[in-house]
Amino acid sequence: MGITRDEVAHLARLSRMSVTDDELDALAPQLEAILSAVARVAEVAAADIPPTSHAVPLTNVFRPDVARPSLPAAEALAGAPAAEDGRFRVPRILDPDE
Amino acid sequence: MSSTAALALPSFADAVARYEPVIGLETHVELGTVSKMFCGCATAFGAEPNAQVCPVCLGLPGSLPVVNEAAVRYAVMIGLALHCDIASWCRFARKNYFYPDMPKNFQISQYDEPLCTNGWLDVEVDGEVHRVGITRVHMEEDTGKSLHVGGATGRIHGATHSLVDYNRAGIPLVEIVTEPDVRSPEVARAYVDELRELIRALGVSDVRMEQGSLRCDANVSLRRRPAAGEPEAPFGTRTETKNLNSLRSVERAVRYEITRQAALLDDGERIIQETRHFDEASGRTSAGRSKEEATDYRYFPEPDLTPLALSTEFVDELRAGLPELPAARRARLIAEHGYTARDLTDLRNAGVLDLVEETVAAGATPPAARKWWLNELARQASDAGVPAAELAISPADVARITVLVAGGELTDALARKVIDGVLAGEGTPDEVVAGRGLAVVADDGALTAAVDAAIAGAPDIAEKVRGGKLNAVGPLVGAVMKAMKGQADAATVRGLLLERLGAS
Repeated sequence: MGITRDEVAHLARLSRMSVTDDELDALAPQLEAILSAVARVAEVAAADIPPTSHAVPLTNVFRPDVARPSLPAAEALAGAPAAEDGRFRVPRILDPDE
Repeated sequence: MSSTAALALPSFADAVARYEPVIGLETHVELGTVSKMFCGCATAFGAEPNAQVCPVCLGLPGSLPVVNEAAVRYAVMIGLALHCDIASWCRFARKNYFYPDMPKNFQISQYDEPLCTNGWLDVEVDGEVHRVGITRVHMEEDTGKSLHVGGATGRIHGATHSLVDYNRAGIPLVEIVTEPDVRSPEVARAYVDELRELIRALGVSDVRMEQGSLRCDANVSLRRRPAAGEPEAPFGTRTETKNLNSLRSVERAVRYEITRQAALLDDGERIIQETRHFDEASGRTSAGRSKEEATDYRYFPEPDLTPLALSTEFVDELRAGLPELPAARRARLIAEHGYTARDLTDLRNAGVLDLVEETVAAGATPPAARKWWLNELARQASDAGVPAAELAISPADVARITVLVAGGELTDALARKVIDGVLAGEGTPDEVVAGRGLAVVADDGALTAAVDAAIAGAPDIAEKVRGGKLNAVGPLVGAVMKAMKGQADAATVRGLLLERLGAS
């Protein structure tokens, strides 16, 4: 086990984070230390303990199918960095050479 | 990458003679709830942009999703109708990706614990039944809609920026995934058609492909047909053609993709696993974004939603409440009403199947109900540009008209006038008959006088008929019908004329 420098670079790419080579060198061992610490859970988690995905033992929390007022469009757009024609304006999605 | 434009495509028949197509379909269906999957925003189609959004579906910090119970019910109903197993316990999962159609940068979906698994749907093409395995039906939320600005004709390629409307983001969706069981474009189309009918019968979606509430992706690969005695070849590399938004597009896109892949394989090239787009105008598919960075969605259980643990009672109640499904209904209509499979297809395509069934229930014979809805009334609806169900005539009215025709009180021509009257708001069929004076005149006095007048008006024709040329009587029948303003039965008139002329 262990996390490689390449894996950290892959995660950074997936997260759209720009990470320098120096940072990769520094981060990989730190993440490795964190993962090893967390992995100690495996020492006590026997086969009879299922993996936990939720902290509270609840199931089937539902809401009825009732429409409620939405935000006014102007308010919905108010926090957007840019808006145009009542829509959220986002930067170019594909690189020009793609 | 090889250029498809330069590729000389074999004919479809030639391609499938040498290669066996292997097709799987993924269909997304928007569920017809009034509110979204995880929040109370309305789901109505066609609202002003971003008028149906809130902190939850915009993914604003601190907001939390809560599952819409109706969406779960609808998804279970679809699973049951597709003969699936319904999971007694399953979770939602986050599908992480960066694309502005989801403001959260993830989509809530299901991953390794789908709600429904292991079902099937039977599809009939030209009298042959094909069973299509259903791998899974899972729940997720729809994404927003993007407008791409600055490029050619709204294409994402070359766009300078994009504008996003999140009204659709968060509308409940199910994704229905088949096994790679389909072997022809016709069966692919028929599967989507049958699935659409099934979901429409369940009443859980309006399944309007043109509005995107049912969308289909087609996975297509080819494998060489084995020579006699050879084992079956393994599956080839597949492509996925996305967002086919009509039945015709499903068939055309699959057909095109089969010939394209055959041409590449013939040239010794390999098929690239990729997403492709179908262009309606050219009928071709083209490569979408290359996925050289293999999709890594880093799915993990959605921490903000509790697991679903549906009880047997919950599922059994939904199973017991399922309506009659299309296949069972077709079998019943064939058995009870004597329709053929072809009749049912025609009636369904004309949008009059429900109306015909109600008309029979109201007293019409099955052939009469079929005839009037499929011909006169479907034509009237088409002329008026409305669905037949919106015509201002009820199945009970139509049934009454067919009864009057069967009883000899109306001819077909008169019945059409009665229909005109009912559609014009002149009342019930009986009121129109009375109001317009449309009943067949059976009273011998008026009819006899008209017959005598017709004979007197054309003595030369009368002489021919007397001489035994019975077919010459036609113009005389016409003259009588004209004198009676159509309110006589042509066969009766012919009989009377022949009798009068001593030729019967």
